[in-house]
Amino acid sequence: MIKRIKVGMASCGIAAGASEVKKFLQQNIDDENIEIIEVGCIGHCYAEPLVEVETEKTSIFFDQVEPTEEYLEKILSVDKNSAMTFRDERVSREKLKVTRLAGRIDPVSFDEYIEHGGYQSLEKARKMQPEEIIKEVKTSGLRGRGGGGFPTGLKWSFLAAKEAEKKILICNADEGDPGAFMDRSMMESVPHQVLEGMLIAALATGATELFIYARAEYPLAVKNINKAIDQIYEHKVNVFDDRVIDITVKEGAGAFVCGEETAMIHSLEGNRGNPRFRPPYPTDEGYKGYPTLINNVESFSNVPIVIKEGGKKYAELGTENSKGTKLFALAGDLKYAGLVEVPMGLTIGEVVYDIGGAQRGEVKAVQIGGPSGGCIPAEHFDVPIDYDSLESLGAIMGSGGLIVIGSNRCMVETARYFLEFTTKESCGKCTFCRIGTKRMLETLEKITKGEGSMDDIEFLEDLGPKVIEASLCGLGQTAPNPVLSTLRYFKDEYLAHVKDKHCPALQCNDLVDIFLDQETCIECRQCIKNCPVDAISDDFVVDNDICTRCNTCVEVCPVDAISRVKRGEKNG
Amino acid sequence: MQLLEPLEKDRSNLIKAIQMVQAEKGFISTQAIKEISDHFGIPVVEVEGVLSFYAQFKRSKPGKYKIAVCDGTACHIKGSSRVKNWLVEELKIDDGETTEDGLFSMETVACLGCCSLAPVVSINGKVYGNLNRKKLLKIIKDYKNRGDN
Repeated sequence: MIKRIKVGMASCGIAAGASEVKKFLQQNIDDENIEIIEVGCIGHCYAEPLVEVETEKTSIFFDQVEPTEEYLEKILSVDKNSAMTFRDERVSREKLKVTRLAGRIDPVSFDEYIEHGGYQSLEKARKMQPEEIIKEVKTSGLRGRGGGGFPTGLKWSFLAAKEAEKKILICNADEGDPGAFMDRSMMESVPHQVLEGMLIAALATGATELFIYARAEYPLAVKNINKAIDQIYEHKVNVFDDRVIDITVKEGAGAFVCGEETAMIHSLEGNRGNPRFRPPYPTDEGYKGYPTLINNVESFSNVPIVIKEGGKKYAELGTENSKGTKLFALAGDLKYAGLVEVPMGLTIGEVVYDIGGAQRGEVKAVQIGGPSGGCIPAEHFDVPIDYDSLESLGAIMGSGGLIVIGSNRCMVETARYFLEFTTKESCGKCTFCRIGTKRMLETLEKITKGEGSMDDIEFLEDLGPKVIEASLCGLGQTAPNPVLSTLRYFKDEYLAHVKDKHCPALQCNDLVDIFLDQETCIECRQCIKNCPVDAISDDFVVDNDICTRCNTCVEVCPVDAISRVKRGEKNG
Repeated sequence: MQLLEPLEKDRSNLIKAIQMVQAEKGFISTQAIKEISDHFGIPVVEVEGVLSFYAQFKRSKPGKYKIAVCDGTACHIKGSSRVKNWLVEELKIDDGETTEDGLFSMETVACLGCCSLAPVVSINGKVYGNLNRKKLLKIIKDYKNRGDN
């Protein structure tokens, strides 16, 4: 007997076609006893659209479901042979704590969250003294998951010690790192868990007003978290003995720098999101002058677990200075992209090869921590994931973006890409960030065009540390990291661009030609038909002066007769 | 402006106000800036200063179909610059521009958060993933056929 059918409808699922699947199931299943509901994301994004069928006894998943009779049949007959298999390489390494309920429960059902133990930690915390709560969080060793890694309990104690008419608590949900989607997934899939963590923090610190600063590009996350807030108001979960807690969701407006706490406060106040000098720290002087504490979504999502287990138990998992688990948004050149939750201390190689299914030998590096982070080359993949080990390699834990870079990608171009991002997002306050990143970007563009010299490489090595030194906030202080870390590990690629005017990965358009091998060619004319600029002649020769290197012909050629080659090597 | 009436005249609501106007009109006109400044009783230049800081706000009218080309890390690695170029060739508009018939506008955005489906674009909020040139042009053609309706 089927009880419920759950369709994974977080942003990633919807993009893969889950809405059509849900609609099809609703139209074609007329059994009133079967409930069809929307759930969040279980993290196996590569397998979307995902459907989970719940029976009295068990539950099974179907992956890559299409809105067809065939799949309907499989679902209704609970066909175990067609069920999705969870690879042991992943299951045995993952540790689902924070994401335990993600994608398994209806995100906007208060009752279902309660059924799964929700708000029990808050109840437990209500019976504790504020100092006791903070002590548990300190004992747990929980550190900020937004990137900085500051001890959460210590931060809380700063706010708790303040005497003020109002105290402010902000949840940083401005997940701006391109390539990161941990916070989005948590807010879409288990919004109540984020709220529970925030309310426990309010109890411990005496905060009176709570804000969630969310990225405007995350409409579903905002919708779900707002629904959840309405529900806790309705059930009076936000009513404490001495005060009633208000939670307001504020949408950001597209500025990466607003992830920095002082910039975020300015933005919440209705100003340009410029960071300011610290001290005073926000816990001394924050939103509208009141003491203010900022933690990110993942940090808050950990709090109910800390309180439930107790700090000591929580601290059993992880390494000496990094406790608990970390969520990673795994994407790039690998087979199984998605959201993973692993215990601190697992190696990067285990995440990339075993969980992600990337091919050994075909991976050059990972970029960890987004544009603020650095790259880690494959030869260091045995390093454990914790705050300190990553830093010693010139990268950072960051918020959790983990992009796998395949061996066919150019590292100079990758560095240029990240710097282009930070250059655009620099708020312009500090000279070294505003102009320094711009000069670095121009230099990288020169190199990728084959116009660079050895002086340019020296210039990058000289200017990078200066930008770090002379910038006020995290954006400028980390912006040169992608360049400096690629220079550290992949200098040979820079040298090839500069000395031989060659892009070893054949990615930089200005340094490659398109070559059609007439011996392999079967004259099917697919390339000629598809070329957007008519660069291929009727006798199958590519005119590289006209060609825009769009790669269309390389992709459509059925016999791989067309390839990218070093500029001037074959055609000239 | 009637739209802003329910909004408390506190400076911290300024960004919310600009967002509300943009949601309603699709962009922020010079007239709208004046009305927002009146609502909060702050100078026009302050409103302009705040809205020009944030990438979300548009000062010119977007197309009926708003195409956002994701240039997040995962999409970039999977060739989002090519995706953008295909659109530039097809629609004859560049980043931030609108086609002459007012049907399409295009902009590149930092990350749509659908990294596992890279490369992706979104059109009026609907995300299309795992794109190649053929698939993309087909999608654009479908929107063209829908036309103005």
